Amino acid sequence: MSTASLRVALVGNPNCGKTALFNQLTGGRQKVANYAGVTVERKEGRFTSHSGRQVQLLDLPGAYSLEATSPDERITRDVLLGRYPGEAVPDLIVCVADATNLRLHLRFVLEVCRQGRPVVLALNMMDAARKRGIAIDIPALQQRLGLPVVQTVAVKRGGAQALIELVDGYVIPAAIPHESPAPASDLHAEVRSLLAATVTMPRATDSTDDAIDRWALHPVFGLAILALVMFLVFQAVYSIGKPMTDAIGDGVGWIGGLAGGVLPDGPLRGLVSDGLFGGLGTVLGFLPEILVLFLFIIVLEESGYLPRAAFLLDRLMVSVGLTGRSFIPLLSSFACAIPGVMGTRSITDPRDRLVTMMVAPLMTCSARLPVYALLIGAFIPAHRQIMGLFNLQGLVLFLLYALGIVGAMAVGWVLKRSHRDKTEHALMMELPSYRLPKARDIAIGLWERGTIFLKRLTGVILALTVLMWVLSTFPAPPAGAVGPAIDYSFAGYIGRALQHLFAPLGFNWQISLSLIPAFAARETAVAALATVYAVSGGDANTAGLGQALTAHITLASSISLMVWFAFAPQCMSTLAVIRRETQSWRTVALSFSYMFVLAYAASLLTYHLVEWFS
Amino acid sequence: MYLSDLPKGAAATVEHVEDATASDAIAQRLRDLGFVHGEPVRIVTHAPWGGDPLLVQIGSTRFALRRREARRIVVSKEAA
Ligand SMILES: Nc1nc2c(ncn2[C@@H]2O[C@H](COP(=O)(O)OP(=O)(O)O)[C@@H](O)[C@H]2O)c(=O)[nH]1
Repeated sequence: MSTASLRVALVGNPNCGKTALFNQLTGGRQKVANYAGVTVERKEGRFTSHSGRQVQLLDLPGAYSLEATSPDERITRDVLLGRYPGEAVPDLIVCVADATNLRLHLRFVLEVCRQGRPVVLALNMMDAARKRGIAIDIPALQQRLGLPVVQTVAVKRGGAQALIELVDGYVIPAAIPHESPAPASDLHAEVRSLLAATVTMPRATDSTDDAIDRWALHPVFGLAILALVMFLVFQAVYSIGKPMTDAIGDGVGWIGGLAGGVLPDGPLRGLVSDGLFGGLGTVLGFLPEILVLFLFIIVLEESGYLPRAAFLLDRLMVSVGLTGRSFIPLLSSFACAIPGVMGTRSITDPRDRLVTMMVAPLMTCSARLPVYALLIGAFIPAHRQIMGLFNLQGLVLFLLYALGIVGAMAVGWVLKRSHRDKTEHALMMELPSYRLPKARDIAIGLWERGTIFLKRLTGVILALTVLMWVLSTFPAPPAGAVGPAIDYSFAGYIGRALQHLFAPLGFNWQISLSLIPAFAARETAVAALATVYAVSGGDANTAGLGQALTAHITLASSISLMVWFAFAPQCMSTLAVIRRETQSWRTVALSFSYMFVLAYAASLLTYHLVEWFS
Repeated sequence: MYLSDLPKGAAATVEHVEDATASDAIAQRLRDLGFVHGEPVRIVTHAPWGGDPLLVQIGSTRFALRRREARRIVVSKEAA
């Protein structure tokens, strides 16, 4: 009788170990997508039990209550109650509860039970509970709750055996009494009496957590530890990710060269070796840096440290119109704004989330470095020391990073002032127990995010690179033309047209033109300038390009260009991700136009100030 | 006395949660999280920068609450 396929939904409070349990049951074979129209993740997987029963497992977003306060919780509620369009009502609800945190988690279990749907309870984290000497009388709990209760350890191989067996033999009951929703205090009273009758707990908290938090949350040491952690993450991204990025870029370029070699000379060959392989190399090249960054973010997330960082920084962030939770996405944005924008999903308040998404692209991402390196190398004297301490080039780079951060603070502050909706934003953030991250969960997390990143980006960047290549190749120069071919192409016309707009910032037509590919991917501005100035690209010739630049543009123009890059609306893929995450073109337009105005004004000011002084 | 008035390390018992506005979703959520009459709470620590937010221990859970949120929670100080 148990051979029919069964639809099972996992629900539970945040941090109950639901994701780990889901991974354990499905072995990581899962389909991740979004619920229609919102950016709440929908995860579905399947497994076959011993007796051959097909189980389709849906992982619902974590929720504290069916009295939903966020889009995630609304989805959980609606799916559970069978009110979500396009989502079948689950045959069985598996409520997951953290056995070390039953005072909080049991209330939600009771709330779910009252909906009159078939429910079983999985008491997870039983290993941690046993270690802390928490004793739970399972038969008594089962009897009082009136539902099957099993114990699980989601992070141990075979730790979900009891749950699998339960599901295997589960017979959907005919009817379950639907109790009317009780006032909050009733549920709490019920939890208390349940706990009193079935659970003995020597100590409310974990002594290791208390010990770590004494340092990690200390007003002075806590901040010092946070600074150190951030420093290490940055170091790792640049020292581990960057070399791999460069290697991939070179490798793909080399393959592109080979592929180009077999093709006859002509536009097709240019498209394959410059357009396709060049573009593909750019996208793939970012993957290692992003994976290294994600690795650290996942480890920090899994360890339970990130909410502590958010706690320490909340006040600071609130004063500039953000929230403590913005810290994580903004940190990611230093590698690339795309994971940063995707990371804003962890911010529950929609307005806080929007502001964070708006300012995330102002953080100096790694793609801006090649441009800064070129301009600083060409225009800022290398051996000048400031006060005998700082190298002037390093100082300028630091100032450019600081410019982005200050800009983000200012924008956040302005958005906060100008927001019409002055209702309160709540924090109410749980600080979970510290845990040692498990390799398997890290691997699954990396895989998930890596594939999402690649899928999202290859499309956009490839299409744009091909378009850019077409624009700068056609039409071919007329016979007997003397100037570089690009002068006669569409790109040349566009560059000269754009110059009307950018001349006040001190940009000549070549620079104006290079801003177009920079919009697809910032670092391509360097390659574009190299093409335009007819200097062959590649690292060996960066110095040559630098000389060409110093011959053609002034110091004021170059500084103005750096400031432009600090604020400019870039890149295309970031805007595409913002569109995906918000499902709103209006937000994209707003974010593009405010950055354009900001960059234009700042560059204009910089250009004229530097002209004045020099 | 409100939860926000307690010093670092102080323990107290929750009396009730006040609604700051009509049908206050934040107050409702606080009740759902366990801030109900008779529940013991303790201020674990304050964040740097003026002691906001607070870290509150309730049951086996620790919540970071901003002062504005904590000002909805009426508590009575324990004798011990
Ligand atoms: N010791 C132990 N840790 C667990 C168990 N289940 C989950 N965890 C850890 O608890 C943390 C939160 O789990 P996660 O699955 O992300 O929770 P979710 O928020 O409910 O999805 C992770 O660091 C897990 O590795 C368990 O049974 N025992």
